[in-house]
Amino acid sequence: MSAPIRFRLNGTEVAVTAPPNRRLTDVLRLDLGLTGTKVGCEAGDCGACTVLVDGAQACACMIPAAQAEGTQIVTVEGLAAKGEMSALQRAFARHGAAQCGICTPGMLMAASDLLRRNSRPTEDEAMDALGGVLCRCTGYRKIVEAVLDAAANRPEASPPPSGEAVGARLQRVDGLPKLDGTERYGDDVAPADALWLRAVRSPHARAIFTLGDTKALRAKYPGLARVFTARDVPGNNGFGIYPTIKDQPVLADGQVRYRGEAVCALVGDRATIERIRDDELPIAWQPLAPLMGCPAAKAQGASAIHAHLPDNVLITGRVVRGDVEAALAQAAVTAEGAWETSFVEHAYIEPEAGYARRVGDRLEVHACTQQPFAHRDEIAQVMGLPPERVRFIASAVGGGFGGKLDLSLHPLIAMAAWHLDRPVRCVYTRPESMASTTKRHPAAVRGRWGADKEGNLVAIDFDGDFNTGAYASWGPTVATRVPVHASGPYKVGTARAFARAIHTNEPPAGAFRGFGVPQAAVLHEGLMDELADKLGMDRLEFRWKNAIRVGDATATGQVMEHSAGLAACLEALRPHWKRLRAEATEHNRRAGNGHASIRRGVGIGCMWYGIGNTALSNPSTMRLGIAADGRVTLYNGAVDIGQGSTTVLQQIAADALGVPVDCIAQIVADTARTEDAGKTSASRQTFVSGKAAELAGLDLREKVLRLANAGPKARIAIDGRRLRVKDGEAERTVDLSALKPDLPGGDVLTGRGRFDPPTKPLDADGQGVPYATYGFAAQLCDIDVDVELGTVKLRRFVAAHDVGRAINPPLVEGQIHGGIAQGIGLALMEEYIPGRTENLHDYLIPTVGDVPPIDVILIEDREPLGPFGAKGIGEPALVPTAPAILGAIRDATGAVVRKLPALPHRVRAAIKATQGGTQP
Amino acid sequence: MAYLRPHSIEEAVGALAARPLIVLAGGTDHFPARVGPRAEEDILDISAIAEMRGIAEDDRGWRIGALTTWTTVAQADLPPLFDGLKLAAREVGGAQIQNRGTVGGNLCNASPAADGIPPLLSLDAQVELVSAAGPRRMPLADFVQGNRRTARRGDELLRAIYVPRPGHLARGDFLKLGARRYLVISIAMAAGVIERTGENTVAAARIAVGACSASAQRLPALEHAMLGTPIDKSLAMRVTPAQLDALAPIDDIRGSGAYRREAALTLVRRLVGRLAAA
Repeated sequence: MSAPIRFRLNGTEVAVTAPPNRRLTDVLRLDLGLTGTKVGCEAGDCGACTVLVDGAQACACMIPAAQAEGTQIVTVEGLAAKGEMSALQRAFARHGAAQCGICTPGMLMAASDLLRRNSRPTEDEAMDALGGVLCRCTGYRKIVEAVLDAAANRPEASPPPSGEAVGARLQRVDGLPKLDGTERYGDDVAPADALWLRAVRSPHARAIFTLGDTKALRAKYPGLARVFTARDVPGNNGFGIYPTIKDQPVLADGQVRYRGEAVCALVGDRATIERIRDDELPIAWQPLAPLMGCPAAKAQGASAIHAHLPDNVLITGRVVRGDVEAALAQAAVTAEGAWETSFVEHAYIEPEAGYARRVGDRLEVHACTQQPFAHRDEIAQVMGLPPERVRFIASAVGGGFGGKLDLSLHPLIAMAAWHLDRPVRCVYTRPESMASTTKRHPAAVRGRWGADKEGNLVAIDFDGDFNTGAYASWGPTVATRVPVHASGPYKVGTARAFARAIHTNEPPAGAFRGFGVPQAAVLHEGLMDELADKLGMDRLEFRWKNAIRVGDATATGQVMEHSAGLAACLEALRPHWKRLRAEATEHNRRAGNGHASIRRGVGIGCMWYGIGNTALSNPSTMRLGIAADGRVTLYNGAVDIGQGSTTVLQQIAADALGVPVDCIAQIVADTARTEDAGKTSASRQTFVSGKAAELAGLDLREKVLRLANAGPKARIAIDGRRLRVKDGEAERTVDLSALKPDLPGGDVLTGRGRFDPPTKPLDADGQGVPYATYGFAAQLCDIDVDVELGTVKLRRFVAAHDVGRAINPPLVEGQIHGGIAQGIGLALMEEYIPGRTENLHDYLIPTVGDVPPIDVILIEDREPLGPFGAKGIGEPALVPTAPAILGAIRDATGAVVRKLPALPHRVRAAIKATQGGTQP
Repeated sequence: MAYLRPHSIEEAVGALAARPLIVLAGGTDHFPARVGPRAEEDILDISAIAEMRGIAEDDRGWRIGALTTWTTVAQADLPPLFDGLKLAAREVGGAQIQNRGTVGGNLCNASPAADGIPPLLSLDAQVELVSAAGPRRMPLADFVQGNRRTARRGDELLRAIYVPRPGHLARGDFLKLGARRYLVISIAMAAGVIERTGENTVAAARIAVGACSASAQRLPALEHAMLGTPIDKSLAMRVTPAQLDALAPIDDIRGSGAYRREAALTLVRRLVGRLAAA
């Protein structure tokens, strides 16, 4: 080891002894314990590790320790060095610029570099400075706003008074740790003495293999504690989302079904497991011909990927209502078309990470997740332990979007920690995360739609193949949700919709923001545009005419009873639509004289989305307690993956109980201390857990009022160890310290709320009540298309969303911005190809320069079942975006892009096809 | 494992003469190629060699030290001849990469999509290699031999890039085509320099296209066709598909070969149009 490397870190001299080629990220995080600097890719593609080196932004992952010598380095921990947040950090908090927070340190450092040189930057300058940091949550707009507003150094708003938290533009209650580097994500929680685990993964999409004796390997590498194989799984070597489908092995047992599948796990000290190359393992591979894509898997004679599914069809979902053939035969106009979408990667900036340890005869797992209780149960069955002997404590989650609903590293670290009786940690590399974890289903959707001559939709016929990859994961969810949503948010009497989940030798396709509905929406909106054009109707007005309204029945026979706000969304968009259309027409008329290469167009996309699980129970339970010292605690089992459930649930609980929102503390997502709130998925936490939080608050309130013998309108104030309850003129005091503190958490009073949205099972024809409520939205997109190059420049979105009630408007806006950003990616650039785009420079997600201004219009058509009228927003935000973009491309050029993403070469080819194949 | 970080070129080439070493400068290509399990390597970190940094000018032209960062290029006080190189400098990754990544590293990495190579070809750049045996110079076009292949021997360092002073008033430009705004690998790009006579005709033209062949290429047929012609709106009309015949664009995840060929033609026409209008 050479001499210590000396540099100034956040203003203090440090000397660190480290290998000179060690990445500066590792020096900061592991040698110096400053985990505020995040690692997203180790390749300079994401910018999460941005620090200042001599005042200039740089990716710490690409700086060898030796090059730190003599420099001044500032990390996120140095921004609030004197204990007080900087103006920039406060601006981030005010603007809601941090959602999951994993990119926030990088964003803050990149912005600091800019603001040091230029305290009043323009928007373009801000974007240039932030262009090297990827964010997957926010859609960047609020980050740019915060950077431009940092110099203003505005005062903090005071928190809302008692009873006024719902609807307030409250900053997130868990926001500060995301801004000062103290938030603890999956790779920030392990103890220093933990061993490291690295999975060895299949380089083949389909193969059988034998694993030889690893004795020689262990002899060569003394730092290698053990090599785990399928034989070491103590319980069932199979996991999966559905109780009856445990088809995915923890470690493959002799055969692999996709590239990236784990075959064994190396555990030891970090240097050792990182030095061992995969080809040093005694694995004898026998590759087999893989089935790539649905057509290959469906082909006559294709071999079965799972023996029990000879045709490789996992499941077919269906909704049938009326005689579709007859209705389409009688339709005045019909439109028919087919579209294809690609694998889409969640690309959360935090790769999967966590650690596990054995505590006596119990197992404790600290890791990223979107569903701690289901993960606890799944780890238990893999380990052959009863669930109560497994505790799952969710780390902060650096983005999920559905991708952290499945198990990933959890059973590996659990098994290793159990056998070795040592803490074991693991963090996936970016290529490993991309190769091994779930994706959005690639879909091939076809449809034929018909309308009468007055412009009423009369029938829809939909058929979709969804490539569910090697294992079931959420394939059944997609196959059942898609047919229900296939009609789009429109009233149609006759419908036939089939969706198949088909196994291939590709990565498991699972849950990704929308569960197949975004793919189906590409078809329904494409055909709605075509029908409108054939009828000679305006595209927005045709949608408005057919919008499903209260009193209308859906294709599953469910009658909308409340809160169906699509028509209101379209009415809100109407003036924007007219203005932008007129501007586009004028632009194109003028462009006719000399600038013909740029054509402008406006597109519209509509959506609906059933909140919660499809015709399945999905309850949530929340608890709210008061301790003898007056502390109020919300025991909240819902994981906040950045969307803001922690804040929203606190607002709801505060108003239900009748106390100021800032007097509540929380315990979040710990299976030993909170109850099961279900999954952070299906846009359900505000609606389902929100209702449970409301009920918990009301339950506790009732108990307090009963103790005080007060009426329902009484006001509760917390005064140290006493509650003062004011009922009209009378004030009564409840002495908390006199009550028995025997409840969980040491509380003396506790309220509990449980909510399971009411649904009715779907019959064989998909008839029933699959969801208790639906979110609705319509988005407009204004774009320029470079017709010679096929490139698309987005100019503006206008997004109108019926959310029932916005519990926290800035968080709702944040979800809409972020959903649009992901919709932009789906539409224009994201295409995961196994083995070819397993990094964030070949797989492209939108950067700060790719998301245009977004105008958000919130429609609040109250849902009586929801807390204070609220529904959900997470997935609705994304669904209409790609259809709006594709519609705008068609509006601008006449070209219909049939294969997503609409990369420049595909747009250009579609434009040429409309020109009869001739060159311009 | 050895990790050498010399302060002089003499020490560096001495070390290279003794044994094979991986040369590390800004690290922005080095580390991305080493994600995941990795064997130990012997490294020569040249980042502390001060004489290899910065841009200098004399009567004959400009010398860009191989360790000059892209940010330094973008912010340098340089004549319009360098406008294309400066635009390219702002497209090499994000600001973090521009702050660390070096001009020399971009050339030695020799990606077909290297943003720095087309503008340097249009500047008629030469590279200077140095070894314990002494220096040698060659045109950049000879140095970059293909996809990630260069003429650099294992015992040599790329010390500097030389840009000759043009004989006439000259201006450069650069156009990049990618599927997103920042941090994007080019689908195709075009760079060019036009030198103009006092009569406003083309005294010399150097046009290069990147990401459309194993290494970026100049378009001599086009350059020749433009010579002596007036610099006006008609100049872009002199670009013909045949002048791009030597390109060999491939199908990959970013675009089809056929699309690339067509896009390159569009980019070159626009580039020439912009240069003529400037």
